[in-house]
Amino acid sequence: MAAKKLNIKDKYRLLTRDLDWDFSYEDRQQAFPYEEFEGIKITDWSKWEDPFRLTMDSYWKYQAEKEKKLYAIFDAFSQNNGHLNVTDPRYVNALKIFLTGISPLEYQAYQGFAHVGRQFGGVGARVACQMQSLDELRHVQTQIHAMSHYNKFFDGFQEYSHMHDRVWYLSVPRSFFCDARSAGPFEFMIAIGFSFEYVLTNLVFVPFMSGAAYNGDMATVTFGFSAQSDEARHMTLGLEVIKFLLEQHEDNVPIVQKWIDKWFWRGCRLLSVIAMMMDYMLPNKVMSWKEAWEVYFEEAGGALFKDLARYGIRMPKYAETIEKEKEHISHQAWWTFYTHGHVAGFHTWIPTDEELDWLSAQYPDTFDKYYRPLWELAKEMEAKGERFYNSGLPQLCQICQIPMLFTEMDNPNQNSMRDYLYQGERYHFCSDGCCDIFKEEPEKYVQAWLPVHQIFQGNCGGPDVGDILKDYYKMNVGHDNMDMKGSPDEARWNKWKGVA
Amino acid sequence: MPVYALNPGYQGERMDRVENFHGNQIVYLGWDEHRMFCAAKAFPLPPSMPFAALIENIMPEAFGQHPEFKQINWDTAEWLLDGEPFKPQADVSLADQGVGHKSLIRFKTPELTGYQNAGV
Repeated sequence: MAAKKLNIKDKYRLLTRDLDWDFSYEDRQQAFPYEEFEGIKITDWSKWEDPFRLTMDSYWKYQAEKEKKLYAIFDAFSQNNGHLNVTDPRYVNALKIFLTGISPLEYQAYQGFAHVGRQFGGVGARVACQMQSLDELRHVQTQIHAMSHYNKFFDGFQEYSHMHDRVWYLSVPRSFFCDARSAGPFEFMIAIGFSFEYVLTNLVFVPFMSGAAYNGDMATVTFGFSAQSDEARHMTLGLEVIKFLLEQHEDNVPIVQKWIDKWFWRGCRLLSVIAMMMDYMLPNKVMSWKEAWEVYFEEAGGALFKDLARYGIRMPKYAETIEKEKEHISHQAWWTFYTHGHVAGFHTWIPTDEELDWLSAQYPDTFDKYYRPLWELAKEMEAKGERFYNSGLPQLCQICQIPMLFTEMDNPNQNSMRDYLYQGERYHFCSDGCCDIFKEEPEKYVQAWLPVHQIFQGNCGGPDVGDILKDYYKMNVGHDNMDMKGSPDEARWNKWKGVA
Repeated sequence: MPVYALNPGYQGERMDRVENFHGNQIVYLGWDEHRMFCAAKAFPLPPSMPFAALIENIMPEAFGQHPEFKQINWDTAEWLLDGEPFKPQADVSLADQGVGHKSLIRFKTPELTGYQNAGV
């Protein structure tokens, strides 16, 4: 007798909720040891509404189909020398940041979701997190494969994984995820599932994938599209998590609010690099960072927080500071990388005159007043043969680990600096937002691995900066770093294009 | 609560204790309203270093690339040590005038307003 085929509803029940069991002779609390220490109260896991009704067998089938299409396009891209179709070799430097700074976060997300996918007491949440975990693993793989083609033709891609764990500016994204993963499972979900995937992810993916499309990079556009349906599921999960926590117990509200405040701030700091990629690194611009912020956060995020107000959730703390900073951060970040181009694993450059005018038009209140003079000084120095590379090592923020480059919004000429004494030792912060995070959990952040201090402690080789770059970071010095002008990347491009 | 951890009483390892810096202490130097330098800079310095040596040897390394650097009048510069007004004494060591591990020294040069008077 042939086995009866299950209908979708039964199959879904059997392959998700039915995988759970009760604990009759073992202590449930010991089976889920992470569930209580954060102070979150769950009264009834069965109230969890599965955000996407997907079973593992259909998941494999669906993803395999996407994969087939994706790799067919990668093959075509590679066989047709797709890298020659990008607008300008400067664009490829944005991909170097993506591969060294962002793709490894997909891997950390995979690890984080695998962990919480084990630790939640509710089976619905576990299954959803396990699927997201697999998605994230797929994303890191497809990104590496998409960029492996560029690695054959451009410098700076070859040691992305080694570099992610060591290079000074990559400690920014790395420590962001380490913070989330070392938190409890509920905070991880608010940090990554909600704040990052739901509130901020559009600011990474939409401009970045559009940027790729505008600049002729079909490989990146394709992996972006292939990830998009996954991202939609992740956003749904992020929203389900927050609603579930808020509906379970009123005592959860202030805890969730505290996490939203923290992770919104941390996310915004992390996005400085995306801001700079959009305004400075894309030869064909999609939109300014400021405009992207207005569309994807102020409008979309504003509506979301209005919706969450009925649970007693308000806008994230310091949202008004961030609103002012949208006029500044991309310029401050690119100036920092430009002036540290000798110690970066990608190339930097002075914007062209046309680009400077575009920036003036996009940022009429700030660019000419605060930022154009920087570039005029840089041009003057370059013309004298003294391309400006900043000497020494910068002071870093203890929380976001970004050099203390942000300025006071009531005096944008002055760097914003905060400090706090904890058990006799002084700690420094770029902002009230980062300082608040430290004060909440100092024992966590005294452990920060700050690259500048590690160098001075002798833990990164050296003593010369050149040795640290070469031996500790595994940068190919003179190829991966320094200005775009005169770089081997530029020379090869000109040769391919027949430009003298 | 100093940390939300699974194990009560969890303590983090202090990564930047002064003992880890081989006899030096970290001192941060920042030139206010001179954004050519994106941030203050960090230096490992002996606590016994007199302030005069900091001005003579460390300041040029930190800020000598600025076109206004040579015009700085150190006698009229205004100082902040860890956020408080500060009058450096040239012959006294850093430690003996309150410059500790991870202290931030900021200075203002009121007569120098930066490249193109733009705070650069």
